Amino acid sequence: MHNLTIAEISKKLQEKEFSSKEITQHFLDRIKRLDGTYNSFITLTEQEALAQAEAADKRLATGDAPTMCGVPIAHKDIFCTQGVKTTCGSRMLENFIAPYDATIVSNYKTAGAVTLGKTNMDEFAMGSSNETSYFGSVKNPWDVECVPGGSSGGSAACVAAQLAPAASATDTGGSIRQPASLCGLTGLKPTYGRVSRWGMIAFASSLDQAGTLTKTAEDSAIMLNVMASYDAKDSTCVNEPIPDYTATLNDSIKGLTIGVPKEYFGEGLHPGTELAVKNAIETYEKLGAKIKEISLPHSSLSVPAYYVIAPAECSANLSRFDGVRYGHRCEDPKNLEDLYMRSRGEGFGPEVKRRILVGTYALSAGYYDAYYSKAQKVRRLIKQDFVDAFKDVDVILGPTSPSPAFKFGAKGDDPVAMYLEDIYTIATNLAGLPGMSIPCGLVEDKPVGLQLIGNFFAEGKLLNVAHQFQLATDFHTLRAKVDE
Amino acid sequence: MQWETVIGLEVHVQLATQSKIFSGSSTAFGAAPNTQANAIDVAMPGTLPVPNEQAFRYAVMFGLAINADIGKRSVFERKNYFYPDLPKGYQTTQLAEPIVGTGYVDITLENGEEKRIRIHHAHLEEDAGKSLHEDFHGMSGIDLNRAGTPLIEIVSEPDIRSSDEAVAFARKLHSIVTSLGICDGDMSQGSMRFDVNISVRPKGQEEFGTRTETKNLNSFKFMEKCIAQEVERQIELIEDGGKVEQQTRLYDGDTHTAKAMRSKEEANDYRYFPCPDLLPVILDDQYIDEIRQSLPELPDARAIRFTSEYGLSPYDAGILSAEADVAAFFEATTKASSDAKLSANWIMGELSARLNAEELSIGKSKVSSEQLGKLITRIKDETLTSKLAKQVFDHLWQGAADVDDVIETQGFKTTGDDELAGIVDNIIASNPQQVDNYRAADEIKRKKMIGFFVGQVMKATQGQANPQKLNALLQEKLG
Repeated sequence: MHNLTIAEISKKLQEKEFSSKEITQHFLDRIKRLDGTYNSFITLTEQEALAQAEAADKRLATGDAPTMCGVPIAHKDIFCTQGVKTTCGSRMLENFIAPYDATIVSNYKTAGAVTLGKTNMDEFAMGSSNETSYFGSVKNPWDVECVPGGSSGGSAACVAAQLAPAASATDTGGSIRQPASLCGLTGLKPTYGRVSRWGMIAFASSLDQAGTLTKTAEDSAIMLNVMASYDAKDSTCVNEPIPDYTATLNDSIKGLTIGVPKEYFGEGLHPGTELAVKNAIETYEKLGAKIKEISLPHSSLSVPAYYVIAPAECSANLSRFDGVRYGHRCEDPKNLEDLYMRSRGEGFGPEVKRRILVGTYALSAGYYDAYYSKAQKVRRLIKQDFVDAFKDVDVILGPTSPSPAFKFGAKGDDPVAMYLEDIYTIATNLAGLPGMSIPCGLVEDKPVGLQLIGNFFAEGKLLNVAHQFQLATDFHTLRAKVDE
Repeated sequence: MQWETVIGLEVHVQLATQSKIFSGSSTAFGAAPNTQANAIDVAMPGTLPVPNEQAFRYAVMFGLAINADIGKRSVFERKNYFYPDLPKGYQTTQLAEPIVGTGYVDITLENGEEKRIRIHHAHLEEDAGKSLHEDFHGMSGIDLNRAGTPLIEIVSEPDIRSSDEAVAFARKLHSIVTSLGICDGDMSQGSMRFDVNISVRPKGQEEFGTRTETKNLNSFKFMEKCIAQEVERQIELIEDGGKVEQQTRLYDGDTHTAKAMRSKEEANDYRYFPCPDLLPVILDDQYIDEIRQSLPELPDARAIRFTSEYGLSPYDAGILSAEADVAAFFEATTKASSDAKLSANWIMGELSARLNAEELSIGKSKVSSEQLGKLITRIKDETLTSKLAKQVFDHLWQGAADVDDVIETQGFKTTGDDELAGIVDNIIASNPQQVDNYRAADEIKRKKMIGFFVGQVMKATQGQANPQKLNALLQEKLG
């Protein structure tokens, strides 16, 4: 059962081949049996899952249930879930229970999907290896000595180990696509504003976007159909029509123009990854797409701009964690300053502190113009690069991350080396564009991903291009060997 | 040395919206602590702000009322600082691109002179909660009911030169926002609060002196006191060879003293930056025009109308037009009495004295405009003398419902003409000596002597004789 995709599970549920309760129990058993190795879940919601499955089975029995009804999934622990702990991977929120559901969580509930639990993540989504989680690092199912990527490492690992058919995730600078690449999955980060951010704990508000980690592009389309909604509770949510993303999966891509930015094949790219991406380009040519070399001239500025803007926003976003109303509070504070200093000092881990410090500095009097203002200017230039590029091409293609999964601790002492993990993915967030990562080969027996970037709100096109690749190749069907 | 005072005001005005600026919580005053604070107001993780359209509408109304440029694009920014009653750790406010740009307000000084005070800008922002430092055994209590209440902060240019001007300006702003109906104007509930920037300089010097900012003044009286004290403090300091330090001071309304809160060195670096959760708000001309068309009457226009329509003196018109509720009371009273001048006199006299004595706003008046109007009618139709009318007013104020009922049941009626003539005849007949004396006296003495007869008649009528009529009657009959 755990080998199945959402599309397959849905079909079998509708045809009553098994019940939601059966498949939910199957995944719960697997998580309990196997997740000791991967640590991909922070909270397992067994009781709630079984109750939801029972309700879903009743709905399925009527013969009129939506596609996701009864399908078990996992949610990244950044999404608030009413009555269930939401930790954001931090000691600060170790025991935090939100009094509301994130919009995407309630969208899945409404669609009848079953929540298995909440997945592990880098603390406050700050990290590219899932090593910053207060709840311990997550192991990559392809090689448990390697990282699964981050920050959505738990969501990626649980799908890769087939502990869940799919999981929600978030992407601020690559946090869906990079773990997808490192765990051999299909990851989708939609256009900024396509999916509501209500109830998603903010890291960098202008960059954060919810998305999905799945086994196939088809499953991404099914997941996005439910996740995307216009939400008046999020002022940055865009009221654009939401198509049926599965309807265009099988469109022909003959004559489609795919842009390949020359800046994405420079120094730092693993030769194995480069070869896998080049092979993917050939596949697309065979499928009838036209390949065009393009230039995104400001690419090299994306990491520095991001590491000013994201910390600046996070320095303000994380100010609410002050020990006053909820979250971690130090023992016996002597006075107000002591309450702030120790609650935050104890509640946040080193990477979060580093980013708060960087962001605070970048916004300080006398530095604002040199850092924050300049970074915003660079951001506009990067966005303009893409706007210009999309005048000539339909989709942009390149590597997702520079190399396959690396060993734990390999980049631990060097934050900048870690930040370079996102060198190809960050520009998409700065521009607000949708991006995907799909498996395109194995390097050193570990998966690597192909990144596809679409125009604003062109998720349908992106999923179509990804699905056509998956019809022509079988990289997405390769599974990590799980020690059953 | 002659000193000149330079004052600039920052005025926080709570907007009278039903709900908060970024959440659906009620803004009503006086609820139990933290019962009007939802997940957004408490800054739960994952919550997001959604702007309240009404707050923008009110801010635009204010901008139009002070002849200001309206910011067609306005941007919310985050002002970062930690305080327990600031749940997000930043205040959402406007800085570089506020909703209201430069404008001005004209004030009338006591000598009748007009003066223009320029407004630098006014911006929308959210209020913080309240920290309660008493009753918590050495700890502090936090009430977030007020957190997120919409404010406009009005920033004046340093055009004010005295505490009188400052108070006149503050009163004018109060008058404008209450006339617009965008603020309830209740200062005791903090609906309007003032921060006063004060400096002094030798008369004739162009350069400004070092200023201090005194925060948290919530009455005109406090403002007046605070300015006087601070000006004196600064002048004494300089004359004693010292220097004014740039600092923020906090005024204590209980002790009527201000003390330094923080110096320039300790000033926060607020690290403002545009709030990424809120997009820039773009207002189009149509929206602004529609608000312009629907603006209610403003105090200045109303004062002009009161002089032309009701024939009031500019002074009376100024007083009665300043506050919307007073103006409405006056117009309703006039409608009921058909006498604007008498209505004005009664409102500015008897009624205003009673309201002041009991610290009531006119909205809480115990005598309605309808009854006051009726009372004035009874003076005009000579049922009541002014003196009697005041007694009737007393009864109304104590809870009596109707003017005519009071007259009826208490017997407050002016003595009728025939009856009065009979009583006068009687008094003349029974006091022949006084009559003789009167008739023998000259004009000047007579004026004094007539008092005796007035007194006798009033005694006989229990004070209910119309004094003018009585006087005329006595003069006629005494010859």
